[in-house]
Amino acid sequence: MIITQKKPPEEILSLLGEAKKVALVGCGQCASACQTGGEKELEEMKAFLEENGKEVVAAVLPDECCHKMLVKRELKALRDSGAEAIVGMSCGDGVQTVADNIQLPVYPANNTMFLGQIERIGIFHEYCRMCGDCVLGLTGGVCPITKCAKSLVNGPCGGQKNGKCEVNPENDCAWILIYKRLEAIGQLDKLGQTRPDKGYAGVSYPRHINLREKKS
Amino acid sequence: MSELQKALESGVFAVTAEMAPPKGCDFSEQLAAAQLLRGKVHAVNVTDMQSACLKASSLGLCIHLRQAGLEPILQITGRDRSRMAVMGDVLSAASFGVDAVLALTGDHPVVGDCKESKPVYDLDSVGILRMLSRMEETGTDCGGNPLSGPAPRFFKGAAVTPVYEPRALQINKLRQKAEAGARYIQTQGIFDLDQFRDFLEDVDKAGIDVPIMAGIIPLKSAGMARFMNGNVPGIAVPEEMIARLDAAAAEGKEKGVKGLPAKLGMELAAELIAKIRAEKLCPGVHIMAIGAEKNVPGILEMAGVRI
Repeated sequence: MIITQKKPPEEILSLLGEAKKVALVGCGQCASACQTGGEKELEEMKAFLEENGKEVVAAVLPDECCHKMLVKRELKALRDSGAEAIVGMSCGDGVQTVADNIQLPVYPANNTMFLGQIERIGIFHEYCRMCGDCVLGLTGGVCPITKCAKSLVNGPCGGQKNGKCEVNPENDCAWILIYKRLEAIGQLDKLGQTRPDKGYAGVSYPRHINLREKKS
Repeated sequence: MSELQKALESGVFAVTAEMAPPKGCDFSEQLAAAQLLRGKVHAVNVTDMQSACLKASSLGLCIHLRQAGLEPILQITGRDRSRMAVMGDVLSAASFGVDAVLALTGDHPVVGDCKESKPVYDLDSVGILRMLSRMEETGTDCGGNPLSGPAPRFFKGAAVTPVYEPRALQINKLRQKAEAGARYIQTQGIFDLDQFRDFLEDVDKAGIDVPIMAGIIPLKSAGMARFMNGNVPGIAVPEEMIARLDAAAAEGKEKGVKGLPAKLGMELAAELIAKIRAEKLCPGVHIMAIGAEKNVPGILEMAGVRI
């Protein structure tokens, strides 16, 4: 899940500037789960903007705001609304996908935080940094790229105290988690395996994947 | 060949000290302290923005020390440098005659004094050692391209934290450092020799064969010891030592004499060094005086250590 967090409302007003007529675009997936772009949040945003002298002329909630064709279809409802600007209540991907489909300014209502786990409603934890070369098979299913503040691949630094990371003492040391997990599943031998250093040649962004390309 | 390498290979009790570059561009204080260390230590580590606090670069002070006739050890972390920057710095270091390095992962910027700085960590301590070993073996750079002329050779080292739980995890990383080319190891400050002996036995049992130099931090006060116990990972000053420092402070207050705790700290450090040497616990010591480098010759004299 892409975890998003609401921007301060004043920032959204400032981004909208002189625009009077505003349309809202939420997202039925991640932003709904994060309580940043679901039905309830769309209503709250509408009320807030109207309190501040804006007119909300349309609001749509695509099932997924990162799906270009789907968003294109949903945005038809905005065409004749007279909107001067759009507030995108999704992740950064959704905001850009909306912008790809309509020649109007689109302003983000959220900050896009991380790819994370929903522990329970309203509690999210970063779990994957999308490094492009998954190492979980060697680390007992605990990600050192994400859970180690330094993304160390060869084991821990010296900076833990009582199993907690010196960068943020609320976090467990990833490598102690890895050690305990490997011990629990009988794979401690994997700790001694030589791991190649992470390379970055293959992860220069923006990246693209095309499953339709003809195989040569 | 570096003096440290000569000492360790010939079985002479090896001594290194540590020094930080200034937070500025006036190196005179460091160079004055360096003169006091000349002939007293085999090499001087120059820290690379220790605790992630901004200082002049390690390379700069290493060059100064080399030109002043001392043997510098270039500490190099991956915190602020990509692999290209690490390699560029060590090539420059070599051109100035710096022939010893200590590879570290580096403290995170968030714990330092320039918190917004971007953490790099392209390579960690093991990765840096591996890259330098590959350079020496193949004469190529970090992209596999040939270097112009022969590759420089370094006496490469790394660090270890003996007070660490689970110890097996730390020993596993130590093994990787040795396999990656570390030829000497300096430890985090140790205070309890029984604990240290136990650690060294586990290193032996793991079949890791690399000289380990005991890290010695001369304590300046009971407050410093308590602060380190609470805040510095891998430091465990025994309560008994802290009580002695407290007693020294009380005695000083009573007699109106200043500096008794620091003096005791020097004595305690000298005592540790003398015991380590007498027991042949390990082949040398690394003294981290944290700004009090001028005290290092005195500590060595009290410990009866001459190089």
